[in-house]
Amino acid sequence: MNLHELTIQQARAGLEQRDFSSVELVNALLERIEKLDRNIGAYITIDPDAAIYSATEADKFLAKGERAPLLGIPIALKDLLCTKGIKTTCASRILENFVPEYDATVVSMLKKAGAVIIGKTNMDEFAMGSSTENSGFHITRNPWNPEHVPGGSSGGSAAAVSARLCTAALGTDTGGSIRQPASHCGVVGIKPTYGRVSRYGLVSYASSLDQIGPITRDVMDSAILLNVICGHDPSDSTSADVTVPDFTCALTEFETNGLKGMKAGIPKEFLSVKGLDPDVEKLFAHAKKTLEGLGVEMLEISLPQTDYAVAAYYVIAPSEASSNLARFDGVRYGLRDSNAKDLVEMYKKTKSRGFGAEVQRRIITGTYALSAGYYDAYYGRATRVRAMIRDDFKKAFEKCDIIISPVAPTPAFKIGENIDDPLTMYLTDIFTLSTNMAGLPGISVPCGLSRTRLPIGLQIMATHFNEPALLRAGYGLEQTLGLQDKFPDM
Amino acid sequence: MKITQKDVEYIAHLARLEVDESLVDKFADQISRILQYIDKLKDADISGAGLMAGASLQNNVFREDTVKVSPGPDVTLANAPERHEDFYTVPRVVG
Repeated sequence: MNLHELTIQQARAGLEQRDFSSVELVNALLERIEKLDRNIGAYITIDPDAAIYSATEADKFLAKGERAPLLGIPIALKDLLCTKGIKTTCASRILENFVPEYDATVVSMLKKAGAVIIGKTNMDEFAMGSSTENSGFHITRNPWNPEHVPGGSSGGSAAAVSARLCTAALGTDTGGSIRQPASHCGVVGIKPTYGRVSRYGLVSYASSLDQIGPITRDVMDSAILLNVICGHDPSDSTSADVTVPDFTCALTEFETNGLKGMKAGIPKEFLSVKGLDPDVEKLFAHAKKTLEGLGVEMLEISLPQTDYAVAAYYVIAPSEASSNLARFDGVRYGLRDSNAKDLVEMYKKTKSRGFGAEVQRRIITGTYALSAGYYDAYYGRATRVRAMIRDDFKKAFEKCDIIISPVAPTPAFKIGENIDDPLTMYLTDIFTLSTNMAGLPGISVPCGLSRTRLPIGLQIMATHFNEPALLRAGYGLEQTLGLQDKFPDM
Repeated sequence: MKITQKDVEYIAHLARLEVDESLVDKFADQISRILQYIDKLKDADISGAGLMAGASLQNNVFREDTVKVSPGPDVTLANAPERHEDFYTVPRVVG
């Protein structure tokens, strides 16, 4: 048995039956990271001593017969989730030496469920990007083909799950940053409903869009992780006080009733998007046929604002970022340029030394959009388009239970291909960012490989708090296609 | 909307950024192209559309105004780049 290949569910069974220990599982992954991560670059920080210590503690509880949903399971975290005592850099030079004094709520919840934090994963700096090429430290390579990007911004988490350098991971999704790298790396990723998961202790990028979610090897593991991380948190005022179901029941529901009675909408505007890769189109058609075979009724729907969604998003996200990132001023934490003559010069020199080009570009775009004389034309209009996007979805979900689409217009592109062309990079978010604008949940489930052997995922969206529909349909697709055990050759 | 190098420098100042000289030209070009694309929002028919500033389904969120234990200055100032006793320090701001 290769311990690094196990899913959460399989590892939990093995640990509970004492087939192996958590220390053995963690060591197997640490050895693999040591051997392979120099070629992938999935991690920024590994703390082997802390991981082994947590695993030893978990083994003591397991030996006593105690049980918890993630007891002894190694989880990797995107490096913008605060971890007490472990560096949290946001892949930025400005936070290179930042060691939080507290855990993010999701981290506390994982620890309470017995998880072992194995390391902090690479990302686009402050989650700004779609390729993980904007990290302030190093790029991450796609485990399926090292010449290609893993997607982003949660590229380190997706690559780590795909390369089996952790059992599962958490990422964050502001415009597709969980679903797109999950699609590009051939793993499962979920962006939960806005408010479903507490963002306390998550370093903010665009607060009205950011959401934390699981990146896992299969749909079952995503359900298991959602069970742990969802729930109301008074420390995050946007956290929703709603009942959290047992998400694994959605999978049982598929096993009992298949997908009969489910209606899936296909937005006609999505399929006429320019630059849609033929392999993406082909695999989307195949996934659609597979779902139909399971009893899903397909219908055409319309999301009329699709053409404006990217433009509205790239006003709103940078506007919020320009405000959120003002806090990195060299006073309370992070880098400080100590050579400045006065306060304003200190702010300027600190930020300019600490932030990379993409972050500076977005701060400037956002500051411009919010500045006097331009506010109504940019931010004001964008928030109105956003309301229309939300209403489009509301109308669509009166007719269907889920909406399906590709995750990205192409498979993972080559490293360096789009790095000097931010606009082209932004346009690759077309299928994913509308759900963030509306606050809806979405999943990416692998649906096959391109002719060049790069993974392609299917996106399934549902209405607010209806993650069970995503899990049920996603699980149906996964079990029928049988792709969950396909690993990249490494 | 086309923006110039001077615009980039001015907006950067508003954001308290000092863009490296070698990047100003590139930023002016890239941000102009981004803004040109964003300008398509002008074509959107927003008549009758409401504002949507956030994705939360909740309105006001209240909590009891209760006193909680403070983590104390050693925790709060643990990451301070420079401090003097229990204070953050910054370059002199008054003459």
